[in-house]
Amino acid sequence: MKKNGNLSIITKGIIAENPVLRLVLGTCPTLAVTTSALNGIGMGLSATFVLICSGAAISLLRNIIPQRVRIPAYITIIAAFVTIVQMLVKAFLPAIDAALGIFLPLIVVNCIILARAEMFAAKNPVIPSILDGLGMGIGFTATLTAMGIIRELLGAGTIFSLPVTANVIDPMLVMILPPGGFFVFGILVAVSNAIATKKGKKPVEGLGCSGCSQNGSCPFADMAAEQCQKPADAEQQYGETLKDDMTAKDESKADTPEKEAGEND
Amino acid sequence: MTDMWSMVISVLLAGILTDNMVLSKFLGICPFLGVSKKLNTAFAMGIAVILVMLASTAVTYPIYVYLLIPSGLEYLQTIAFILVIAALVQLIEVLLKRFIPPIYKALGIYLPLITTNCAVLGITLLHFTNQKITSFAETVSGGYQSGSVFLVCMANALGAGAGFLLSMLLFAGVRSRLEKANVPKFLQGLPITLIAAAIVALSFLGFAGVA
Repeated sequence: MKKNGNLSIITKGIIAENPVLRLVLGTCPTLAVTTSALNGIGMGLSATFVLICSGAAISLLRNIIPQRVRIPAYITIIAAFVTIVQMLVKAFLPAIDAALGIFLPLIVVNCIILARAEMFAAKNPVIPSILDGLGMGIGFTATLTAMGIIRELLGAGTIFSLPVTANVIDPMLVMILPPGGFFVFGILVAVSNAIATKKGKKPVEGLGCSGCSQNGSCPFADMAAEQCQKPADAEQQYGETLKDDMTAKDESKADTPEKEAGEND
Repeated sequence: MTDMWSMVISVLLAGILTDNMVLSKFLGICPFLGVSKKLNTAFAMGIAVILVMLASTAVTYPIYVYLLIPSGLEYLQTIAFILVIAALVQLIEVLLKRFIPPIYKALGIYLPLITTNCAVLGITLLHFTNQKITSFAETVSGGYQSGSVFLVCMANALGAGAGFLLSMLLFAGVRSRLEKANVPKFLQGLPITLIAAAIVALSFLGFAGVA
């Protein structure tokens, strides 16, 4: 891989393939922890650490882990690094630990990490995998921080707890409550869509399974995608296919994500 | 005893209304946005989530209380829970397929999607941090080892699952109307769905303080 290539691996995670706004991964922590800018940074950095470490570990082990048990293996590796982060944050940043609460251990099931493991780290050498993790992490952190700043400014009138409009305008409390999270995220996606369209790219594909957590890593992604489009038929059809042949399902499980990732590369 | 039942009802209602899994805790947003397009798929997904939540609580609770706490291994909670849940979902899938094919046919497709659903892992972790449950465990002799706390946790799982189902159903209804609405171009697709979710969440805010 060329030097230029390495740099582009990092930058694509920040803008072109921003995990939150372009790939619509990791929506749960995005909505939940962005009540303040500081929480956004804390969550973003924790996830970045896990992304880089698990990317490196999975990339090193990519030829050793058997195809069929790779998802459980990835989850175990990711869970180990999440536990390390949990301990570090608890020990050194107790305030962040209290604010993030349950979302710190839930980094395990953060789809960004599993998706990058499956789509990138499992197919690439160590250095690019680390860079990919770094880029995705920066993109995630930046988006979370931006959203945290917007919500904190509107909802509490402060940025990083420093008063900005707090004494001038009454803050809109609803912005740091759950509805505000959905609302601000919706507007951010609309803005990012508008910019993408202007640059000649496609807006993020509606919802369906492109917005699902298992996007890219879910062995059932194709099945589910079809299922979202025409529920009744697909359900019937796949139900029967599954019933008929368990081994065939396992085969396709192993094959499909690989193909997808191959196309992406 | 009456204490226990009032606790059970309290956590049940909290899970459904005030602490709604999706709309106030932001757990399980992905299926909430992804599978809520049609009423029937939303319903099936909700039922599957309830089943898995109950089953995984029944399995992870004893592991944590009788295995990890006595051996001082609380920090292994995350790893242990996610692996147990992943294995459990596979097991449920195989069992349903073998013994109750009609249910497998209806729910089977959703089960693998649930394995790494943050709502399921979330609820098993929340049993041990939920304010109500921890303070209840302190009043009961034996703390978390007592059967009544286990029952309250199961009620908590049921309530959370039912809350998930309720919000899925409500939102599926909202989205079916949204399909026909004339939405400004820049809001089409994901943005308008999120804004609709914000309004649904706003209505659930009305339950705050009912507890």
